[in-house]
Amino acid sequence: MKLKKYEAIGEEVYTETLSNGLNIFVVPKKGFSKKYAFFATNYGGADRRFKVGDTWIDTPEGVAHFLEHKMFDTKDGNALAELSANGASPNAFTSSDMTAYYFQCIDKFEENFKILLSFVSVPYFTPESVAKEQGIIGQEIGMTDDQPGYSIYYSLMKCLYSYNPLRDSVAGTVESIGQITDKTLYDCHKVFYHPSNMALCVVGNVDPDEIVKTAREILPDTRGQYPERDYGSTEPDGVSSPRFERAMDVGMPMFMIGFKHPGDTQGEALQKTTYVANLALEAVAGSSSPLYSRLYSDGLINKQFGTEFETVTNRSHCVLSGESRDPEAVLSALTEEILKVSKNGIDSGLFSRLKKAYTGLVLRNFNSFDSICYNVATAYFKGYDAFQAIDALNSVTKNDVEEYIRENLTPEKCAMAVISPKNSQ
Amino acid sequence: MQTVKKKTIMPNVDLTCITTDKFKAGYITINFISPLSKATAAKNALLFRVLRRGTLNYPDMESISARLDSLYGASIEAINRKKGEAQCVGLAADLIDDSFVPVGENILENTIALMGEMILAPVTHGGLLTAEYVESEKANLIDSIKSQKNDKINYAVDLMIRSMCQDEAYSVPRLGTESSVSQITPQSLTKHYKELIAGSKVEIIYVGSGSLSRVEAALLNALSALPRRNEATLVTTDIVLTPKKPGNEVTDRMDVNQGKLTIGYRLGKSMLSPNYAALSVFNAVFGGAVTSKLFMNVREKLSLCYYASSIIEKHKGIMIVYSGVDFGNFAKALDEITRQLDAVKSGEITDWELDSAKKSVVTSLKSRLDSASGLEDIYFDNAVADIAVSPEELAVLAGAVTAQEVSAIASNVELDTIHYLTEKGDDQK
Repeated sequence: MKLKKYEAIGEEVYTETLSNGLNIFVVPKKGFSKKYAFFATNYGGADRRFKVGDTWIDTPEGVAHFLEHKMFDTKDGNALAELSANGASPNAFTSSDMTAYYFQCIDKFEENFKILLSFVSVPYFTPESVAKEQGIIGQEIGMTDDQPGYSIYYSLMKCLYSYNPLRDSVAGTVESIGQITDKTLYDCHKVFYHPSNMALCVVGNVDPDEIVKTAREILPDTRGQYPERDYGSTEPDGVSSPRFERAMDVGMPMFMIGFKHPGDTQGEALQKTTYVANLALEAVAGSSSPLYSRLYSDGLINKQFGTEFETVTNRSHCVLSGESRDPEAVLSALTEEILKVSKNGIDSGLFSRLKKAYTGLVLRNFNSFDSICYNVATAYFKGYDAFQAIDALNSVTKNDVEEYIRENLTPEKCAMAVISPKNSQ
Repeated sequence: MQTVKKKTIMPNVDLTCITTDKFKAGYITINFISPLSKATAAKNALLFRVLRRGTLNYPDMESISARLDSLYGASIEAINRKKGEAQCVGLAADLIDDSFVPVGENILENTIALMGEMILAPVTHGGLLTAEYVESEKANLIDSIKSQKNDKINYAVDLMIRSMCQDEAYSVPRLGTESSVSQITPQSLTKHYKELIAGSKVEIIYVGSGSLSRVEAALLNALSALPRRNEATLVTTDIVLTPKKPGNEVTDRMDVNQGKLTIGYRLGKSMLSPNYAALSVFNAVFGGAVTSKLFMNVREKLSLCYYASSIIEKHKGIMIVYSGVDFGNFAKALDEITRQLDAVKSGEITDWELDSAKKSVVTSLKSRLDSASGLEDIYFDNAVADIAVSPEELAVLAGAVTAQEVSAIASNVELDTIHYLTEKGDDQK
């Protein structure tokens, strides 16, 4: 295995690419009793239309997430129960562009690791088990329908994007998952779960060579084809719709403001852009910005307010969200502040403080095992090195950030979704 | 290497210092502990939100944020935890370890100094906490209270507890109520502030690379002006109570797509001299783990719901089962949950179930030792409940729990309240 040391964040990482195309990352952690393994595929809720050979295939909404639930079924039982019975805490998630299976344990790592690799690579579905899962996921969809946080996020995606499947819920709808059969699941597993479309990351006090040896033994030896995906017609630079509002049984109006980042940024350029955009958001509306203080003092935002630059599939967007008695007033104050910063630039004292604060945040991202794994897999799928984070951050200049604000935080790229309280008792 | 030391550093101020070099960021909490009561819950909830707003040296939010940025993004936030019938409020700081920043930044000392300033030197006008900050945080607190219903799962649990414990302090919400918050004035809050910081027991928990002497010195420096009475207010919780109306059914209606079934139980005699290891294993067998009877049957076998879990509130001696089910399946789910509890009572526990449950308890305990906030939580819990068993010892004890012990705990469990959160009737939509 190749060893690389990253002094700025105090980590070292072993990497290896197997002949089947799988990339393995091992991050040793001395002094911890916990061990963590994370096996992810570059496949999520938005990957609904893809090409196999010469044929384009369309699948219903919710397949990636359904597959995540069903992968735990094995010929002999259920891997979730098997891992738990063996003292591991297993779980999985599906986002718009990633499905990941992971566990943490104290003892019997080797055994648990073998179970993980095996259940993710060997599918086992029956019509009966698919039908049963339609009931469970139907309940999960019912639960998320009642969560305003989900609802507002997808409302914003529908405002920002005209065609991209990010518009639709990862879990699908009760109707769409009704169309899923065991055959759909086998087909999608075959296309997306081959090692060359996946990443494996292990964190903890483990022997890196043993990890590679086990992965070689258990996983298939052949490379798969990189499935070409279709995320719909080319997106316009502007938003699909500037506003969306709906009423739900919530205590306070909630808002989510988005700015659509242009085009398809990948690799190291994306890594740097992530810090440029995040610093832009901090400078305009972060907790030490003048705007934040003003809005907070005026009672227009509270501690729930936060900002984020998110990259999913081939798209990125800036998101500012929170609760407010008057979301429109927040948006107009924000628009005004962006204009002001675009014109006058960022105070250089503020900029150097923000960089210091962001250094702390990046270090924290490497503090927990789960965020290390998530960051490593995301970076690998998007084509950059997660551990170069501090260097990427340090390369950002005040000018980069000011330019980002001028070019990207503009009214035609901006949309806002609002959830207002239902006025009934 | 990790060492845990506990020391009384001032009268009724205890420091638990967990020294470890495992983490990139350390964690410290300063907690003022007082009895949970209707009269003070809202003031407690509000106080540290107001103190967080400005100090003599950093009089507003912008200057505090700038200070925190220059400490490499340290964060200091107001905290408010309910542990049984104790309300624990104060400040929590998350701070980058000094080994990752240039020598001389002294993030530990500087962060603790800022916490001390917030507690002891807030911005005042004419001796009172600033009206502007009090009013602004009152509005924010009321918003937080209103927003609790956004999270339907926890909201349903809150509603259940309010009925089940209506005659006990435990039913008092940790944020207070909208009306109690709106009655607070700068005068009443300032009076409460002086009372709370002088009269309550203080528990400080630190997790990070600093040694006991370094942390103690920083704290003594920051808190030297902390007023201390000889006796701290006594805080106790009734943990052994019998249901007044066993099986009492309560229904609340909201605009929801999915129903929430929440059931409250009393742990009864098991709380006379609690065996925490056996309680944890019982919970994992019944509904706390993926291998539990609730998960395997209510979800996996009958696919009635996405989640059906149990939690034990050891500080109060109760167990809560919560699940999300279709409105039409309430009765079916309740039957199945009751059947599974009866099975544990009558000792129908397979070796696989017991063994899996024990491993799950041990893994979750040990995993929490690998995160700074997890460690803080465990040692804070122990400090409040006066438990001397270390998490490592508890893990060993959990490994030795028998099926008889588990079923004995189940046999003492008494059904108290069944709560339904359901959709609105047609006339209410």
